[in-house]
Amino acid sequence: MTVALFAEQLLNGVQFGLMLFLMAAGLTLVFGVMGLINLAHGSLYMVGAFACAAVANFTGSFWLGLGASLAAAAAAGAIVEIVVIRRLYNRDHLDQVLATFALILIFSEGTRWVFGSFPLYLNVPELLSGPVSLPLGVEYPLYRLAIIVIGFAVAIGLYLLIAKTRLGIRIRAGESDRAMIAALGIDIRFLYTVVFALGAGLAGLAGALVGAIQSVQVGMGEPVLILAFVVIVIGGIGSIKGALFGSLLVGLVDTMGRFLLPWTFKLFMDPSQATSIGSALASMLIYILMALVLVAKPKGLFSANA
Amino acid sequence: MLNYSRETILNTVLTLLLLGIPFAALAIDEPFYVTLATRVTIFALAGVGLNFALGLGGLISFGHAAFFGLGGYAVGILASHALNYEPLMSSPFEIEGTTQMVILWGVAMIVSGLAALIIGLFSLRTSGVYFIMITLAFAQMIYYFAISWPAYGGEDGLPIYVRNGFPGVNTLVPINFFMISFGVLMLAILLVAVLRNSRFGAALQAARQNEDRLSAVGIKPFYIRLAAFVISAMITGLAGALFADLNRFVSPSMLSWHTSGEIMVFVILGGVGRLFGPVAGAALFILFEFIFGGLTEHWMFFLGLVLLAVVLFARGGLIGTIAGKVRYD
Amino acid sequence: MGKLEIMKAGLVGLSMCLAGTAVADPVKVGMITTLSGGGSGLGVDVRDGFMLAVKQAGNKDLTVVIEDDARKPSLAVQIADKMIQSEKVDILTGIIWSNLAMAVVPSAVAQGKIYISPNAGPSKLAGKGCHPNYFNASFQNDNLPEAMGAYASENGFKNSFIMAPNYPAGKDVLNGYKRFYKGELASEVYTKLGQSDYAAEIAQIRASGADSVFIFLPGGMGIAFMKQYAQSGVDIPVMGPAFSFDQGILQAVGPSAMGVKNTSHWAKDLDFAANKKFVASFQAEYGRLPSLYAVQGFDTASLILSAMAKADVKDTEAFRAELKKIDIASPRGPLKFGNNQHLIQTIYVREVIKEGDIYTNKTNGVAIKDHQDAYAVDCKM
Repeated sequence: MTVALFAEQLLNGVQFGLMLFLMAAGLTLVFGVMGLINLAHGSLYMVGAFACAAVANFTGSFWLGLGASLAAAAAAGAIVEIVVIRRLYNRDHLDQVLATFALILIFSEGTRWVFGSFPLYLNVPELLSGPVSLPLGVEYPLYRLAIIVIGFAVAIGLYLLIAKTRLGIRIRAGESDRAMIAALGIDIRFLYTVVFALGAGLAGLAGALVGAIQSVQVGMGEPVLILAFVVIVIGGIGSIKGALFGSLLVGLVDTMGRFLLPWTFKLFMDPSQATSIGSALASMLIYILMALVLVAKPKGLFSANA
Repeated sequence: MLNYSRETILNTVLTLLLLGIPFAALAIDEPFYVTLATRVTIFALAGVGLNFALGLGGLISFGHAAFFGLGGYAVGILASHALNYEPLMSSPFEIEGTTQMVILWGVAMIVSGLAALIIGLFSLRTSGVYFIMITLAFAQMIYYFAISWPAYGGEDGLPIYVRNGFPGVNTLVPINFFMISFGVLMLAILLVAVLRNSRFGAALQAARQNEDRLSAVGIKPFYIRLAAFVISAMITGLAGALFADLNRFVSPSMLSWHTSGEIMVFVILGGVGRLFGPVAGAALFILFEFIFGGLTEHWMFFLGLVLLAVVLFARGGLIGTIAGKVRYD
Repeated sequence: MGKLEIMKAGLVGLSMCLAGTAVADPVKVGMITTLSGGGSGLGVDVRDGFMLAVKQAGNKDLTVVIEDDARKPSLAVQIADKMIQSEKVDILTGIIWSNLAMAVVPSAVAQGKIYISPNAGPSKLAGKGCHPNYFNASFQNDNLPEAMGAYASENGFKNSFIMAPNYPAGKDVLNGYKRFYKGELASEVYTKLGQSDYAAEIAQIRASGADSVFIFLPGGMGIAFMKQYAQSGVDIPVMGPAFSFDQGILQAVGPSAMGVKNTSHWAKDLDFAANKKFVASFQAEYGRLPSLYAVQGFDTASLILSAMAKADVKDTEAFRAELKKIDIASPRGPLKFGNNQHLIQTIYVREVIKEGDIYTNKTNGVAIKDHQDAYAVDCKM
């Protein structure tokens, strides 16, 4: 194994983690402020990817598509919040899980109804395509570097939004004391809609960004949704910092596990069997990680309201 | 307590309907409806298991597919060894496969109970969303293991070529197998009813409602919950064992998170914490899948709408809507 | 349950009277296929190909009942039970996935029904588990990778990096490749089923020093891999079985798939009259190019139509004998069943090209002529 390969895999782990962060940030924000588990977050990710693909194919511009993905997912989020989610804030988690499970069915089958059964085309924009050379002899796709940059930018942006702006103050107030914020004359219903739309928009952005290098198809949100849940549970639900840390941890553990486990087993086993067992173990690794974290810290690493 | 009797009447009607439909179907020579009723019965049993943890103990497990699937695989693996005349293990002592349902059920329940014990020891330390997610994570672990483990078919699953036997009954006749499943379901409901009214049941419900009060009288909620979780998993595992025999097939899809979601849907559609809730819920779900699945390929869209409507507007599920709010607590 | 689509059986009684005991006995076919959720594009193509042949034949004695299995094994079993017990179908077909086929086929054929596979070809049903009532009108899972292995060896590739998802079909495919490939393996990698990010694997490919990359990543997995591979700057040639490079998903992969060599038992430009007619009529009927799944559906229906013209489906023995003759004009050219009732067919090498705005394949030559699967020897028929 060369240093370049190892460095490239580390970079891949970070990149995968930041991709997960875009998804997890919205999920944890919505939970932190409204106390809501939203299984349909993956559907908003799918909406973003489909909106981006449709607009990019129609106009020929990826960037317009990216804007459309934000707008479409945020709009879908706002509508869903007003029609459905709003009624769930005072319910227990069970009702929330079931209602948002129902939303997954509606979004998935609805999208298939509109766009058909075949995957859509969406590719990386010309500006960001192809590889670049990095130190240590690593060749790395420019687009993935861009995702790393966007991921960190979103993390910083969210931090500034919550720490420095008026909206952020209200969000923090809403997290700690709902009755008080209502008593202060802030329209809490409107605040919740805005926060939900913000989370949805982030999911949509993630869907569009990831859609360019993956497959834009119905059901694309479900695997990443489960990963995002793993991330926020590890990080501590409701904490943006925890989501960032959890994302990077999951991204690195998953990537390095996929790479190193089969490699390790090959040292003392028949290669074909080693890769099979190694990858089986690798696919379970992040769930094992999550179980271990929860044993040590039942509310995650950076619990917001511990 | 007035409504209680209304619930009792409803439960009786449900039971008689479930029992009557297969016989009516036989009378008009539509044997398929016997199979459909068996499916309802088995799903209801899986729901009864989850309902015990969820309705009584407030433990929202999003990973009950793990126990459903483990129960199924216990049957599939032992039956395949018996049919191939290969012992399951030969040292230090020999374990043979078997095709006797009663033994298979026992194994299925032990396996899922042990799994629940381990999963429970970890996950019951958490609560709320963390509990939901950690149970999901354990189920996913087992799911990925089953997909990639080649010995018993992996993703392709494991066929059971001949339905397993039950003393004195030809299980291949659909109505016989239905009656066996129905009997098991009724026994499980009876067990839950007895447990609910026992001291254990009272402690479990107290653990849900007011943990501190329970600790104050010297009972540790953790162990009460762990016991409930294990019993719940064993019932769902038994359902998985029957499901394997119904389909004569087990596969990792029994372990997928969609299955966990569906078992949860049975419970909620029928009414959380209601004794016969899972029966009503499973019947509704299967009927819906059956009727709309044939009408349109977009049936899942409408299923979503119906589920959403139930959660938003018909709290308490079918039984809650008809029988009113009063429950045992 | 209602029926999605029913071709009316017409005046069965009357035609019986007129024709006496003649050949035109009604046949009822039950099609269980994936029409909703993930992977439904394949089921839609099989159904459309099948119904095209039915429509062209205009045979009023053939009834088709179609239902959606949503890719769930237990739902497929339920529908099969219903079709056998309640609809009383004579023939079952339609299943796309190996795991669903393994759930339905063994018990259906044991109950005396004929099953004709329009897609899945798990090795278990081709070898020891073969059955007189089971016919495979598509391929055995190992066929296409075997052909790719043969092609790679013939074309001087000596160091392959091979990769598939970690599940039985993935292992079958890599074993198929290795069976006919004579060179070295740079590495053998199994990925998680349904994985969508391949950065870690692409890094390994880059570092491996391989001269060729063989992948089996059906559906969305293949789309994701090809797009990411194109961005990575690695230029080792990629090849694989047709599933990742077929008509249904090529448009979604786009330019990233250009030039990829893939093996298939059918191609749009095969020079057979039946193929030209099929491609034109499919396009006219549905407004899109057919895929290999559509061809398999079309051939399955043609098989049934050809057999029912000569034998009564109630006489299983005679009907099976007629099916075995394959008296049809297939877009794939001449076909023949082996002893295990899986096809002996020619596998071609195709290359992804762009025609106007559409990505499609052109035939590059024959990979293996009249190829039979490796499991036929285990079948005692």
